[in-house]
Amino acid sequence: MYVIEGRVWVFGDNVDTDAIVAGEYLDAPIEETIKHVFASLKPDFVNEVRQGDVIVAGKNFGCGSSRENAPASLKAVGIKCIIAESFARIFFRNAIAIGLPVISALGVPGRFQEGDTASIDFSRSMIVNVTDGDSLPAEPLADEMIEILDSGGILEVLRRHGGGNQ
Amino acid sequence: MTTAEKILARASGRDIVRPGEYVTAKIDKFMSHDAFAAVHMSLASVGVQKICNPERVVVALDHYVPPPTQRAASIHQLVRDGVRKYGITNFYAERGGIAHQVMMEKGHVLPGQLVVGTDSHTCTYGALGAASCGIGFSEMAYALATGKLWFRVPQTIRFELNGELPFPVSSKDIILKIAGDYSAEAAQYKAVEFSGRASRDMSVESRMTISNMAVEIGAKFCFFETDDKTQAYLSNRTHVPYQEIHFEEPSENMEVYHIDVSEMEPVVAIPHCVDNVKQISQLERLEIHQAILGSCTNGRLEDLRIGAEFIKGKTVHPNVRLLVIPASWEIYRQAMDEGLLSIFLEAGGIILNPSCGPCFGAHMGLLAPGERCISSTNRNFKGRMGSDQAEVFLASPATVITSAVHGYIADPRES
Repeated sequence: MYVIEGRVWVFGDNVDTDAIVAGEYLDAPIEETIKHVFASLKPDFVNEVRQGDVIVAGKNFGCGSSRENAPASLKAVGIKCIIAESFARIFFRNAIAIGLPVISALGVPGRFQEGDTASIDFSRSMIVNVTDGDSLPAEPLADEMIEILDSGGILEVLRRHGGGNQ
Repeated sequence: MTTAEKILARASGRDIVRPGEYVTAKIDKFMSHDAFAAVHMSLASVGVQKICNPERVVVALDHYVPPPTQRAASIHQLVRDGVRKYGITNFYAERGGIAHQVMMEKGHVLPGQLVVGTDSHTCTYGALGAASCGIGFSEMAYALATGKLWFRVPQTIRFELNGELPFPVSSKDIILKIAGDYSAEAAQYKAVEFSGRASRDMSVESRMTISNMAVEIGAKFCFFETDDKTQAYLSNRTHVPYQEIHFEEPSENMEVYHIDVSEMEPVVAIPHCVDNVKQISQLERLEIHQAILGSCTNGRLEDLRIGAEFIKGKTVHPNVRLLVIPASWEIYRQAMDEGLLSIFLEAGGIILNPSCGPCFGAHMGLLAPGERCISSTNRNFKGRMGSDQAEVFLASPATVITSAVHGYIADPRES
């Protein structure tokens, strides 16, 4: 697959979907939701996030709702990859489904400071802290997920296959 | 094999599957609600004109009912447009109720089925023995177009609930206590089987409360076994034959948690995590401004009956707004016929139409900064129900109603 390198934002455990984008924007278009990403958790985030940044988080990232605007808003503000100790399963599936790479790595909390540079090698399932040279293994993604990510999302897979059975 | 393995093996056409394997499985039932607008747009964006099995799809409007904004009304227009376009006849507009409740009470879910829904609480159908889980709208578009979806076969853990539950402690207290004792990640990516005497003693409705909140401990699927209560529930709702669900003896490496419910106390989940749980007797006096009895977790007839029992002859505290939200029109009508609604009205409660209501933070009872709410719903995340400076406490219907009367979070055993 490929290697992603980006500047790190650090988050803790149990970052829920309401913390990513509050429920009052559930029906809002993406142009609106991106103004409110992490509004109460990290108010400076939307002003300071840059295209290509990476999130490093603790346990259970994305717990809560099945709302797809959570990963979609993170992707839309420029996040290129999320590394977490663990993900809530619906968030994980949704991120893959919209073509946002996510990867679990046991022990990742504490291995990065905010502003460090992270490098994620998907073919070797390795994560490197470029800033201090530290590295740790990640959980490999299944072939099904890599196909979806390589296609740019599950809807692109569908388009490529001619819209399912039609 | 575990229940999850049996269902995924059957749905993927294999004899045997093992935890950690990836399978492509055929979906038996699809559920969507207001999010079907996004499903419809996703299908259109990749040129899909037809879906695989429209007769297996159920759509029920529940989040924005009635629409609080023009934008929400437009979303409902899109849903109706999609329902017509794809020939979906199982469509419940404003007069169905919360989609999860509609799925079960209208007989759309059977034991042993594989069900996906565009809502995280789709796991509720595990109370009837279905393998059901939430997905996003893009995956739903893919699943509707192809009839299939990939799954990782989950590990299975078991909670054996032993003993007799002392009234008014309820199944809501059990699932909150499990979250508190074992964390919001206790069942991450896993299937959970609930067994033991207390599981068998529970009504199907009480089981639904537990399976509804299985996702709050990370679970993918949740299962209760088929028994005479399941059969009685289904016999009034469907004539379609089904495979009963019975658990096998746990294998040596299955994690089994034995929980004695007979000494259990009413509990409350404290802001802002579902697993931040305390016994109600350990709480200081916390004044409240709103109390909610309702939702896909606790808006069924059993919950309204308990609520009515605890408020009959009393009044809602003047500082509190009590919102009562039946989970469906069927429940609404039954509650009216039984006289429960007049009990709530006379006590000063506000009765809202069947819907998700304020639970997810869009309308009908949002919180101001500094306000505190006790709620029978399923999430207390920061900012979920209005201001991020408000607080949501989760509890059973008995605790919610007792608190609404007292004006502070109060123990239903002392009401």
